[in-house]
Amino acid sequence: MSNRIDQLFAGKKTGVLNIYCTAGFPELNDTLPVMKSLQQHGADMIELGMPFSDPLADGPVIQDSSTRAIKNGMSLKVLFEQLKDFRQQIHLPVLLMGYLNPVLLYGIENFCKKCAEVGVDGVILPDLPMDEYETEYKPVFEQYNLHLIFLVTPETTEDRIRKIDTVSKGFIYAVSSSSTTGKDKDMGHQQAYFERLNALQLTNPVLIGFGIKDKATFEAAASHSNGGIIGTAFIRAIENTTNLDTSIKEFIAGVKHN
Amino acid sequence: MKIADSTFGSKYHVDEKGFYGRFGGAYIPEMLFPNVDELQRNYLKILKDPAFQQEFDDLLRDYVGRPSPLYFAKRLSEKYKAQIYLKREDLNHTGAHKVNNTIGQILLAKRLGKTRIIAETGAGQHGVATATVCALMGLECVVYMGSIDIQRQAPNVARMKMLGATVVPATSGSQTLKDACNEAIRDWINNPVNTHYILGTAAGPHPYPDMVTRFQSVISEEIKKQLLEKTGKANPDYVMACIGGGSNAAGAYYHFLDEPDVKLIAIEAGGKGVHSGHSAATTQLGKLGIIHASKTLLMQTDDGQITEPYSISAGLDYPGIGPLHAHLYETGRATFLNATDEEALQAAYELTRLEGIIPALESSHALAKLAQVAFKPNDVVVVCLSGRGDKDMETYIRNLPGNTGGNV
Repeated sequence: MSNRIDQLFAGKKTGVLNIYCTAGFPELNDTLPVMKSLQQHGADMIELGMPFSDPLADGPVIQDSSTRAIKNGMSLKVLFEQLKDFRQQIHLPVLLMGYLNPVLLYGIENFCKKCAEVGVDGVILPDLPMDEYETEYKPVFEQYNLHLIFLVTPETTEDRIRKIDTVSKGFIYAVSSSSTTGKDKDMGHQQAYFERLNALQLTNPVLIGFGIKDKATFEAAASHSNGGIIGTAFIRAIENTTNLDTSIKEFIAGVKHN
Repeated sequence: MKIADSTFGSKYHVDEKGFYGRFGGAYIPEMLFPNVDELQRNYLKILKDPAFQQEFDDLLRDYVGRPSPLYFAKRLSEKYKAQIYLKREDLNHTGAHKVNNTIGQILLAKRLGKTRIIAETGAGQHGVATATVCALMGLECVVYMGSIDIQRQAPNVARMKMLGATVVPATSGSQTLKDACNEAIRDWINNPVNTHYILGTAAGPHPYPDMVTRFQSVISEEIKKQLLEKTGKANPDYVMACIGGGSNAAGAYYHFLDEPDVKLIAIEAGGKGVHSGHSAATTQLGKLGIIHASKTLLMQTDDGQITEPYSISAGLDYPGIGPLHAHLYETGRATFLNATDEEALQAAYELTRLEGIIPALESSHALAKLAQVAFKPNDVVVVCLSGRGDKDMETYIRNLPGNTGGNV
């Protein structure tokens, strides 16, 4: 059974643009309109945030978007309801990103089953330990053809990166610097790290995330990998918008063109 | 003292993977993996090094003032018809048990070559204890504290600043201990190489629950020795302690965990009543989940969002509980009770008038449940008096019955 993430990377090796947006943000029912605009204006992949009250790996912008989404009434139950028929309109690969606690409470198997039912392709759960995934959950994710994407950072050792490469499916999420999301660290300093990653010749494609916000940073990331992931800058671009579609169109144009 | 040896294999101690039964572990994002892995690989080796133990012992004795007395509370004993002893952690330097752990962790941080220290704090006791040891060792110190707690614990904020620490308000979420902890973890993610995070309670990712428990285990080690000297008995019949994250309780229980005759009683913060919607009684209101990288019991919504707890005491205002305690609760090894704000206040006024000791609001929760346990007259009961009440004077005075100071 083929997965949309694999199909994407089979056809597109460079400049893959993955955009993160918190589900139920800015308003509860914006989840689908945001996805439609992202697809229409040129994103290659969509990462939907499952909002959590205590997102440890995220900075204030994404945390605030989560808080707002939760206040709007977003939950896993509501999200799966919103995604019920989304495959009639969206053909891009879609990932769900979030923290383990709400997923555990929902039930891992139940969660995977729902993802498969609605047509989600992959999941990012930064606080799910790789060992526990391998020993307890991997068969369930595989049964539902759901790719679990792991992160690597500049501090991750080569041995561990290689191990992550064997466990991860779809692609590897390379965090550009040791930071929470939305921090402005100089990407130039990550040059050596990107080159090191490149030289490892990993089995999985690599997308670089954290600190990517515009054309220059996206191109820098894309030149060392298969593409980049933008979250915080996108949330900023739509948090106070009066016209969602226009803001998304302009944002993506700004990243892809000048 | 001797830092407790490895006790893998005991039913109530951490296993090789960092679990107590089904609780514990290290549910950390990859960004924290190197820091936590470094600690996991090194902490037992460092703790068992005789030179480390010597330095730890010397500081606990000469700087903290240990051993802390085990005081027979005569008038309290008469009132509750049992032999009640107070373990006087309130007499430690900086006024609470917290300093046992910060001394241990600062020595560990130095051995790991760290130059910058971060910490979270609720009531401010752990923040003060961390700022203190950083001043002692000349290390940079940043303390995260919820904005609401900064307001309600002003004297401790002033102490931390005078000690040279930077106090950073946590403005997200409920703006209390949970959020201070989130901000400290985020700081650690952003500063993975030079920084050690001195976590203040027996919670968080493995090895923190075990490491903090071992540093605090000096409390029960001393209780055992002092009790034998005073009564000829090897063990007490009861050990009672308050629980937020659970570090003073973990320390007070440690050497009695495998002594089934010793009844362990944990007292959580009931707030305005367990079912009032304003409570921090985690075992009564919580479900299995993950908080601050530990799988444990925590207060959460049906959708898995962590809820905002409530207690009059900033130190107990936490929606989770350390994994050791979740295990003690589930196995029935410890009995969990809870005390309301009002009961804790009354217990504080009572101890003050009966024994001339003003306890911390946190410790008062433990004292409040003396009335609820059916003791026999010869039962030896040890209550961990985890801290002193100086920081709570404003609350005590404000709530004094009639506010006249007369008829308490």
